[in-house]
Order: sequence, then C-alpha cells, then structure tokens
Amino acid sequence: MSRSEASQGGALLEAVGVGKRFGGLRALHDVSLALGEGTITGLIGPNGAGKTTFFNVLTGIYKPDTGTVHFAGAPLPAGRPHAVAERGIARTFQNIRLFPNMTVLENVMVGRHVRTQAGVLGAVFKTAATRREEAAIAASARGLLDYVGIAGQAQRVAGTLSYGDQRRLEIARALATEPRLLALDEPAAGMNAAERMRLADLVRRVRDDGTAILLIEHDVKWVARLCDRITVLDYGERIAEGSPQEVLAHPKVIEAYLGRGAA
Amino acid sequence: MNARARFINWGAAVLVLVLPFATHALLGQGWVRILDFALLYVLLALGLNIVVGYAGLLDLGYVAFFAVGAYCYALLASPQFELHWPLWALLPMGALLAACFGVLLGTPTLGLRGDYLAIVTLGFGEIIRIFLNNLNAPVNITNGPQGVNLIDPLHVGPWFLEQTYHVGGIEIPLVINVYFLFLAAVGLAIRLSQRLEGSRIGRAWAAIREDELAAASMGLNTRNLKLLAFAMGATFGGVSGGLFAGFQGFVSPESFTLQESVMILCMVVLGGMGNIAGVVLGAVLLSVLPEALRGLGGLQEFLFGKVWVDPSNLRLLVFGIALVLMMLLRPEGLLPARARQREFHESQ
Repeated sequence: MSRSEASQGGALLEAVGVGKRFGGLRALHDVSLALGEGTITGLIGPNGAGKTTFFNVLTGIYKPDTGTVHFAGAPLPAGRPHAVAERGIARTFQNIRLFPNMTVLENVMVGRHVRTQAGVLGAVFKTAATRREEAAIAASARGLLDYVGIAGQAQRVAGTLSYGDQRRLEIARALATEPRLLALDEPAAGMNAAERMRLADLVRRVRDDGTAILLIEHDVKWVARLCDRITVLDYGERIAEGSPQEVLAHPKVIEAYLGRGAA
Repeated sequence: MNARARFINWGAAVLVLVLPFATHALLGQGWVRILDFALLYVLLALGLNIVVGYAGLLDLGYVAFFAVGAYCYALLASPQFELHWPLWALLPMGALLAACFGVLLGTPTLGLRGDYLAIVTLGFGEIIRIFLNNLNAPVNITNGPQGVNLIDPLHVGPWFLEQTYHVGGIEIPLVINVYFLFLAAVGLAIRLSQRLEGSRIGRAWAAIREDELAAASMGLNTRNLKLLAFAMGATFGGVSGGLFAGFQGFVSPESFTLQESVMILCMVVLGGMGNIAGVVLGAVLLSVLPEALRGLGGLQEFLFGKVWVDPSNLRLLVFGIALVLMMLLRPEGLLPARARQREFHESQ
C-alpha cells in the first residue's frame, strides 16, 4: 500500500537522487527513498554503507551535493536541522546524544521548545501566559515519559539512566517536537532480545498514533518483522527496495551481507 | 531545610543593608568605595554568567560591553558634547547599545566553540578598547587616551548621590548612597537571571551548552539563541558601565583592558558557573581580596617587626596562589550549579 501511495505522489518523505561526497569519499550516490504516512520503513546495509550519512541529509545536518528531498509536499530546508525539526522530522542518534547533565524531564521539555512561544519578555515578567505555557510543557513532557515507560525516572539526571532508558528518553524527547516522521538511528543497538521486543512494541505504538517511522538497524530479522518496507544501502548506493520478503531474497542483498558466491 | 533557607535569606538581607554603615564606621570611606566597586563587578559577573554559565559560550572580551556602557554614559552626560541626559534614559540606552554590540560580537562567532571562540572574543574586546583610544581623530568623539572628564554625577530624580544625607542621625555620604543604587541594580540583575534560567529560553541555552547538534535537531534555532545570550549578557555589562562612569566622573580606555575581562571570567568560574549565588560570591571575593591583601605590609610589620617583601608584589603573588589552589581543590567553583557539579564528579 505504501508503495502505491508513494508512487502516486502522496509520499510524506521523498528523496530523489541524493548524493554526498566527503573529499574523495563517495558517501552517497543517487539514493532515492519514498515513504508514506503510517508506515515503518527500515534502512539497512553493512557498516559504512552510508545509512547515517543519509539520515544526516534527511534531518538537515548535511546539505546533499546532488538530488532533492521533499517532505510533506515541500522541499526540505537543507543544512538547517532546526528548520527540519520544525517541519516535522525528529530524530535520535546512533551514539545517544541526550543533554546528560539535565534531568530526564528537562530533556523532554527541551523537545517542546519548537512548539512553544515564550520569549525573553515573557520569562522576565513571568506573565500569566508564560506560566500557563510552562505548566503545559511540563505536563506534556510527563505524559511522554509515561508513554515511553520511564515516568518514574523524571527527576533523575539523564546521564545516569540505564542504556535502554536513555534510548527511550531520546525517543520521548523527539516525540515532544510533534514529528510527522520519527527517524531512529540504530535504536536497538546494545539491547538484549527482551528489550528489543519492547522497543518494537513502542515503535509500532508510535506508528499507530500517527507518526511515520524511518529506522536504521543492523539486526535484519528484527527489522524484517517490524518494517513495512526496507531500503538497502551498500557503498553509498541503493541496492534494493521493497517489502521485507522481497528485499531479503534479493541476490545483491545476500551478496552484500554474506559476500560474493553466497548468492 | 525550608526554615534554614529562609533564615539564610533574611540574614543575607540584613547583612547587605547594615554592611555599608558598619564598614563606614569601622574601616572608613575607602572600604565602602571598594564595596561599591564589588557590586559593579557582581553585575558584570552576572552578565558574563548568562553567556558562559548558561549558554556555555566562552567570552574573553566581556569588558567591551562594560566599556560601551561607560562611554555611552560619558558621552551623553558630560561637557564633551554638551549633553546631559538623565540617568533613567542613560542606563537603558547603555544596555541597549551594549546588546547591539553583543549581537555584533556574536554574529561572526556563531560557528565557533571553546578556544576558537575565546580568541575571537578576546580580539573583539581589544578592538573596542583600541577604537575608544583612537576615536579622537579626524573627528574627536572619545577624546582618545585622555578619556572623558567631568561626567555628570549620579542622581536619581530629586536624590543627588554626591550629597551627604542625614536620616535619623545617621550620616549617609556619597559612597553609601551609591552602594544602595548599585545594590538595587544587582537585585534586579539577580531576579532577571533567576527568571531567565528557569524559563523556556534558559532551558534552551542549557541544551545548547550540553549538546549543540542535538539541540539543533530538536528544533532549537541555535543561531538566534546564542545571539540572544550574547545580547542579554551584554546588557548587564552596559548598565554596569553606565553606573561606573557616573560614579567615577571620568572614563578612559585604560579601564577596559583584557585583564578586566579575565578577572570577570575568573569571578564566574571561581564562584561557580551557572549558579547565581556562586557568581555573586566569586565577584565579591575577587574584588575585595586584592584590596584586603594590601594589609600584608602591616601584617609583616606586626609579625616580624619590619617589612620583608614589598606588599604590592606580595599581594599579587598571594592572589595568584589563591586562584591556583582554588582551581586545584574545587575546579567546579565555590558554589557550583547542580549540572556543573555532576560534570566534575561523574567519574567518582
């Protein structure tokens, strides 16, 4: 379903022919990807395939050298991450990037920044509107902590949380920006099987509540069970795209993962 | 705990009210003057704390904003241009002008962090000072190295600060009048800092300090927020500069050297970056300590019967040693902010 939607131009995100070089290294070459609302899309590939580079293009951290990215019908502001977040793409990071010395609650409250108003004057005079907004920010942040299942940790310092809880906190912080697309960079890295199951449940719940998901992951089985569509990158190029079954049976994918001859 | 906090607050309030009178009676005018300057330094340190403590941007040229405020006051309230603006217009004007200079400094430094940023801000501070030193030709604006003289004394409405007032038999001379004016400014600055720190903007600054890329990815316009931090921090410097000019009656470029910037930064770091009480304590200590150390000559005479080491050299040595020891023993500052303390003790 998502395929037909995408090809009919109803795609939420549509990247066409994206290329990115770092000096002599061709990190991405002619990569295209389309995903629709209400879907979970996986981005897989061997180490160094360009997955995170592609993520950084999609979230405005890098400007692509070639190609275009459209989000919700309009071109994405390239090279301006805060503007991308404002447009409705939120992300997590492969090497968790929380605000480690702030509390768990404050981390999520920062995520509300982009959807709230109060400026210097409001802060200085502590107007009724500012106080109401602060209360609303705290309330929705608490709600999100509850949503991802770490409400009990609200007052702890973010850097002291367990690894799995830090990943959950990153998701809560990203959700606080009210994204239409949530991009997760290796959300299951370092998790055991039980934690992965719970994470998959959370990801599905986020999708069901109306946010499309794009995720990078190494665990092919886990991705195949979770995703509607999968795109495979290798050496900065897209080598396959389709449903999990199609992609995993694709000879180029098997070759990329297992080496030539295995196919 | 709550009762204790209230006790401390009341104690501090009584102390700052009684302090100038007690100092005047026991130690004389000169020491009250030192307290007045200490309050100006508190104002400066609180302003720099917004930039360094809250937003995490290292600024080594902060004295430039002090200079802008001082010269703004000096040029608009002196015979230099035959202008005599009132205080209520001069201070906001100085704050606004300093904020503009804050944005001017911030704009080229947006992509820089840490040591690179420090070097650019250092250069900025020097450029402002050199400009003030040389803006006497071809058109004389600042009077160059001679500085601006005969600046209008401070007066607030009908209250002329240079007059000695008598209230209930207690004599209130200039230095004590000024003390209370400066105290009011410091009180306001503390309130502003508290409000900013606990606001949406303060949280955004903290996020940028912790991880700029993550902050940007959460939708924070890091460019505007950093410029805002520079501008807000600069306003405190501008007001402090205005008060300084009115109190001294004279300004010249040599009051605004790099050493002053470094000193203000020391106050923030030694007191405890990001924590208002720490910054106030740091500013008071570092502005009073060098003066108190002038007593080293008398102390030597008392202990050994003669002066062995020139006290003016010795006091800088002792001051330097105190700073080094302090940073070795308590790198997070005297009264650190919660977040800073965590940074320094994470590994333990």
